[in-house]
Amino acid sequence: MTCLPANTDKKLGLVIDLDTCVGCQACVTACKEWNTGGHMAPLTDIDPYGGHVDGVWFNRVHSYEHTTEMGGRTVNFPRSCLHCDTPACVTVCPTGASYKRASDGIVLIDEDKCIGCKLCSWACPYGAREFDTDVGVMKKCTLCVDRIYNDNLAEEDRVPACVAACPTSARHFGDLGDPHSAVSQLVMERGGVDLMPELGYHPTNKYLPPRAQTQRAASVPAKALEPVRAEGGFLGWVDRMLSN
Amino acid sequence: MHPAFSVVFFTTATGAGYGLLALLGVLGGFQVIAPDFWLGFVGLGLALGLIAAGLLSSTGHLGRPERAWRAFSQWRSSWLSREGVASVITFIPAGLFGIGWVSLGHTGGWVAIAGFLAACAAVVTVCTTGMIYASLRPIAQWHSRYTLPGYLIFSAMTGSVLLNALLQAFGAASMAVLAFSLLTTLAGWGWKLATWRYNDRLEIPTTANTATGLAGGTVRSLEWPHTEENYLLKEMGFRIARKHSARLRQITQLLAFALPVLLLAATFALPWPFAAIFSVLAVMVQFAGMLVERWLFFAEAKHTVTLYYGR
Amino acid sequence: MRHRPPRGANSAPSQRPLADTRAPDEGDGVDTSPGISDSIAKTTCYMCACRCGIDVHIKDGKVRYINGNKDHPVNRGVICGKGSSGIMQHYSPARLKKPLLRSGPRGSGEFHEIEWEEALSIATERLSAVRRTDPKKLAFFTGRDQSQSLTGWWASQFGTPNFAAHGGFCSVNMAAGGLYSIGGSFWEFGEPDWDNTRYFMLFGVAEDHDSNPIKIGLGKLKARGAKVVSINPCRTGYNAIADDWIGIRPGTDGLFVFALIHELLKAGRVDLDYLLRYTNAHVLVVQEPGAADDGLFVRDGDGNPLAWDRVTKSAVKGADPEAKPALTGSFEVGGHRCTPVFQLIADRYLDDSYAPDAVAERCGILADTIRRIAAELAHVAFEQTIELPVAWTDWAGRRHDTIKGRPVSMHAMRGISAHSNGFHTCRAIHLLQVLLGTVDVPGGFRFKPPYPRSAPPGPKPSGKTVKPMTPLDGMPLGFVCGPDDLLVDEDGTPLRIDKAYSWEAPLAAHGLMHTVIRNAWAGDPYPIDTLMMYMSNMAWNSSMNTVETIAMLTDHDQEGRYKIPFIIYSDAYYSETVPFADLVLPDTTYLERHDCISLLDRPISHADGPGDAIRHPVVEPDRDVRPFQSVLIELGARLGLPGFVRDDGSARYADYADYIVNHERTPGIGPLAGWRGKDGTAIGKGEANPDQLQRYIDNGGFWHHDFTEDQRYYKMANRSYLDFAVQMGFIPKAEPIVFQLYSEPLQRFRLAARGHGSVLPPKGERQRIETYMDPLPFWYMPCEEAVVDLQKYPLHALTQRPMHMYHSWGSQNAWLRQITSQNRLFVHHLTAAGLGLADDDWVWIESINGRVKGQIKLVDGVNESTVWTWNAIGKRRGSWGLKDDAAESNRGFLLNHIIGDQTSADAQGKRYSNSDPVTGQAAWFDLRVRIVKCAGEEAGFTEPQFERFHQPPHFQPSPDRLSFGAEFRRAREAAE
Repeated sequence: MTCLPANTDKKLGLVIDLDTCVGCQACVTACKEWNTGGHMAPLTDIDPYGGHVDGVWFNRVHSYEHTTEMGGRTVNFPRSCLHCDTPACVTVCPTGASYKRASDGIVLIDEDKCIGCKLCSWACPYGAREFDTDVGVMKKCTLCVDRIYNDNLAEEDRVPACVAACPTSARHFGDLGDPHSAVSQLVMERGGVDLMPELGYHPTNKYLPPRAQTQRAASVPAKALEPVRAEGGFLGWVDRMLSN
Repeated sequence: MHPAFSVVFFTTATGAGYGLLALLGVLGGFQVIAPDFWLGFVGLGLALGLIAAGLLSSTGHLGRPERAWRAFSQWRSSWLSREGVASVITFIPAGLFGIGWVSLGHTGGWVAIAGFLAACAAVVTVCTTGMIYASLRPIAQWHSRYTLPGYLIFSAMTGSVLLNALLQAFGAASMAVLAFSLLTTLAGWGWKLATWRYNDRLEIPTTANTATGLAGGTVRSLEWPHTEENYLLKEMGFRIARKHSARLRQITQLLAFALPVLLLAATFALPWPFAAIFSVLAVMVQFAGMLVERWLFFAEAKHTVTLYYGR
Repeated sequence: MRHRPPRGANSAPSQRPLADTRAPDEGDGVDTSPGISDSIAKTTCYMCACRCGIDVHIKDGKVRYINGNKDHPVNRGVICGKGSSGIMQHYSPARLKKPLLRSGPRGSGEFHEIEWEEALSIATERLSAVRRTDPKKLAFFTGRDQSQSLTGWWASQFGTPNFAAHGGFCSVNMAAGGLYSIGGSFWEFGEPDWDNTRYFMLFGVAEDHDSNPIKIGLGKLKARGAKVVSINPCRTGYNAIADDWIGIRPGTDGLFVFALIHELLKAGRVDLDYLLRYTNAHVLVVQEPGAADDGLFVRDGDGNPLAWDRVTKSAVKGADPEAKPALTGSFEVGGHRCTPVFQLIADRYLDDSYAPDAVAERCGILADTIRRIAAELAHVAFEQTIELPVAWTDWAGRRHDTIKGRPVSMHAMRGISAHSNGFHTCRAIHLLQVLLGTVDVPGGFRFKPPYPRSAPPGPKPSGKTVKPMTPLDGMPLGFVCGPDDLLVDEDGTPLRIDKAYSWEAPLAAHGLMHTVIRNAWAGDPYPIDTLMMYMSNMAWNSSMNTVETIAMLTDHDQEGRYKIPFIIYSDAYYSETVPFADLVLPDTTYLERHDCISLLDRPISHADGPGDAIRHPVVEPDRDVRPFQSVLIELGARLGLPGFVRDDGSARYADYADYIVNHERTPGIGPLAGWRGKDGTAIGKGEANPDQLQRYIDNGGFWHHDFTEDQRYYKMANRSYLDFAVQMGFIPKAEPIVFQLYSEPLQRFRLAARGHGSVLPPKGERQRIETYMDPLPFWYMPCEEAVVDLQKYPLHALTQRPMHMYHSWGSQNAWLRQITSQNRLFVHHLTAAGLGLADDDWVWIESINGRVKGQIKLVDGVNESTVWTWNAIGKRRGSWGLKDDAAESNRGFLLNHIIGDQTSADAQGKRYSNSDPVTGQAAWFDLRVRIVKCAGEEAGFTEPQFERFHQPPHFQPSPDRLSFGAEFRRAREAAE
């Protein structure tokens, strides 16, 4: 049903730390690897060894140069489904294939109902929807719904593949609907932001901005170095130090 | 947005079809146009044919057309589903109207009701089509107060120009219909100019800054996630050079509005069969012009996802 | 106190599973608990050199999924972009299928398939003849493999000195720079103390080495709010997240570091106590110009270096813990004028030529920035000292109640090593670290065992005498301590084909693989018979001057015979080098083989304890391929190499797995250190344990030993650690390791250049030796730059390794190549504006060596005088299973085409390898270029282009569509 649940029991999502992401693509291929055999399998690659290669990926990392009067910075920017609170990709779906789960807020696609009209991809401002031309249906990030509750995985592994893989710990997972959850606390502490808040989709996923912009950069309160006292210059200083 | 021919043709054809259907339904049902089997047959056939062709064409856009029937289920939230439902429902009064007005040659009574309902359903369907686009917040050029009226005006315009040609061709010319078609064409022209003017001055609050959450300064794309174009770029990353866009706008104005206005104005003064020829020419020129207009409607629409790709 | 960290790196509260992981009752029919695999095999990754632990999930005999092993000391559960793409490497369409024998001209790719028996017979016959006549005519060079302790030993048993791996064009500058200075090195052989450091300086790190550990570490620094300073011309990757990005001009890092040293010395911000305890700062150096011992240490009769005691006013043993040595002054000892090392250091670096203002412009860094960084270093090192409440005892028996640390750490890699001044620059960084007292202290840079070792470590390179049918008297690679250890004949002619350990590259501790093809082609110093190579793409991205290298591989002599008579090559994939082989021995993928990641080679140790690991076959090969190491062992047996056969002539080892378990390099020490001894209870030394591999497998594929708390720091002088290291066989004696700020071995070469000693450089080499073998680090302009017309070639050109690629391997990987299939040349927008270039323009990139065409991308985050591109994306048509229209061979380009493999001719007309004159390290990054917009009709495709390779027999065309994983879903749904 493409009507949105009035509210969801949980708001599961990701928090992505742009201050820490080095753009290594670990989350990108971990996602691809898990999901190409997972709930929405396969994530088809067209022309995989040719000149017009085009595959289905649920998570992609961009890089940007952000230049302000404070200077410039290169920012690596992972982009995937934000599991919005009011996702128009769901409400525009004519068939009920797209839906938002009332229990955990995950936005999913029921592939069997999808007619491949692509309207949901038009309705998503974030480019989170991926069309599989081979199967003719839309696919998308499932927040690893087949991992986070999976009894066949050790309890500690029941997190999205991208979070488990991330080598710099730039990705976090949890219930953003619970203000006391660790992810919510992290968002509060670090001034996490919504993407395109003006569009009113109320994304669940949050992004933590680079700390250079939030004045959180590590500062070293070092005083300028002064030459050592004059007598004998540096070598004199050495002798004095050794004699002490 | 990528101007896929299937969708460009779909909205142009169904716009004209529903416009014609609505006009026939009201004018026929209330005997403004007298029942005439061949006029009715061709007219209604054309209207429903355009609608059917358009709908069929739109299924060409689907990845799984065999499941298209599922699209009727989500009318409570989805304008696309509503469009599907409305477009199908329209066939019921339209069919009844056809039986009454074309086959039986009746007017008034239940035929008028059917005609009126068909007209209403046609208008509703055009509205739902317009709302599909108008409701898409990621595309500022579409998500505007110009989109829905635009669909209605263009539907009325193309429908009435078509109706005029029909009437002219069957020697049943109506000055009112001719005048109406001329006026709607002028209205369409004006609306399109206003829309372009609005879009050209649009200050879109969504920027690369808000898209990335990086406040202040400039955000410039350094590297895409993948070297080659992906679905998002192919579907939504379409770019048109300003130069080409200006040229196509001129062509649109010429074909969709200026020439039809001249042809229709001339029709006032011309005898049969020249009036009919001019009227039919107006339809053909305008249809071509509207295909260009609709192509531009897509090509000039910029989806927010392109911000991520520095486009 | 150190607590055992929670399992896995990503275990912050915000990264854990939901408190309740029971699936909610959503009623949407989603299977939230699908089965994943039939079995999980734990082995070691090989998608790059990092050697992370992986869990390979096998479903229906296929690899379903690979994730990081949470218990593994290297990656602690995380996995990189390459690691997760291992499936696509394992199922690559470029995999070789069967041994190949060349049937067309060399380089065409025309082969016919042969059986293994025939392949091994051909190789045996050929090599047997070489061994019977002149073993050095086999040049055996391996690439990025991780079995160098086997391959080196094999070469030694064969009797050829002509062995090395790829270190000469990779990291030898840093390895030698570190090992000759502090007895350990950067790269993956040491690591910052991620948990305690507060100020981290990162110099030009290659993001495909030690990558997960560094990324995990950076994450920790960010979480703790430590400051990250990166010194790199390019602002991508790790540099993107630095708090301070110093966009230095390439090749000037040494100058920058000396300016920091200058500032610290001037301000008296150096750790004198640390210098006295752990370095040779106080050792006396003879100061008698012209004397045969000028610049050598003053030693007593037993050879112990002496220092001057300030209290007794007499010479004492430098190592005497009771002494009060002077650091400055000039003294007379035994008739010698001498001065402490530290005096020489102060004299040199306090000179105004190293002041920030003097170097700023050359470095492209503001002098104020240099002063600020120096002040910050001093502040953190001396005002923010840390103490761990752990008692320890030093080598001299002095007990310390706490472990004191200065939380400044540094790390460096390719940006330093790939310049011809890299050895001295690396030593400069170590000098800076040591002056601040930050090596192997809490918060500083830490050694990973088996390091530290004495600086330099033993043994010396072997190969002075080469005799038929006779093994060498040691290993081909080692460390020289002076001219006597060089491998040169009486005329000074190199004895090795790569000229390692010759006057041209005296400290070539890793050999010079990048010179082998040219030297073998030219017969300089002598012709060879067979070139055997493994896993190194020498006909493409692993060589400089690709175009000429290809020509040399295919060149004929007057009789029409190839100048390099026979080439044997082993690789798992159809790389650009395979077509140049006469005999191809197809290797397996990393999931189909045994390997050992050994303490004798490049172990997986952590600063908190040694470790090693294995690979074991987790899937069966579906092709007629064999692991190269097993093939090598079989060849050894067929050739009757002493170590590879029993007394009765039968094969000693069945295969590599057998060797890993049963080989002993010295009694009790074998490839693996864990679970030794009959009962598997010994570590380090012990009898072979037939169960050893199973014990590794049971433990997740690795062995790791945790140090006690008191062994973790000051390992160079920590009694408990040193005793442990002896017990493990890391070092011969429990003696302190003294940091060699002043390097006496280098001075011995200088003295030879001045005519002292029995082994003297040829006259033409003397000036070069005098200049570069400076016992204290110094800066010189990179060699090629020094002779190129800088007006004509105003730009530096670099490559960087994409984090998601490992050299040329990534392009055959359907997933990784989607991320980067075309490399752009990144140009600063101001530089481009000055040249009239716009974004996306196609340009010729021209150097003195040639030109290559590519497309540019404008950026802000790069040093303005530098252009750069991603490494090894450009591919030759017909290789790696790529289709002819692949971007890699049409739009991507290889910068190697324009990097010279030789320097310009000097005054005597001599051309040297384009390498560091001290170590022979390939100077990839010395390149200077100009860029010119190409003509309109030239845009859109790269040049030079090369003929398309033929495909090997039975190669299927690569698929047009991949639906990997669909089969797992079908199986799941069928089972429901």
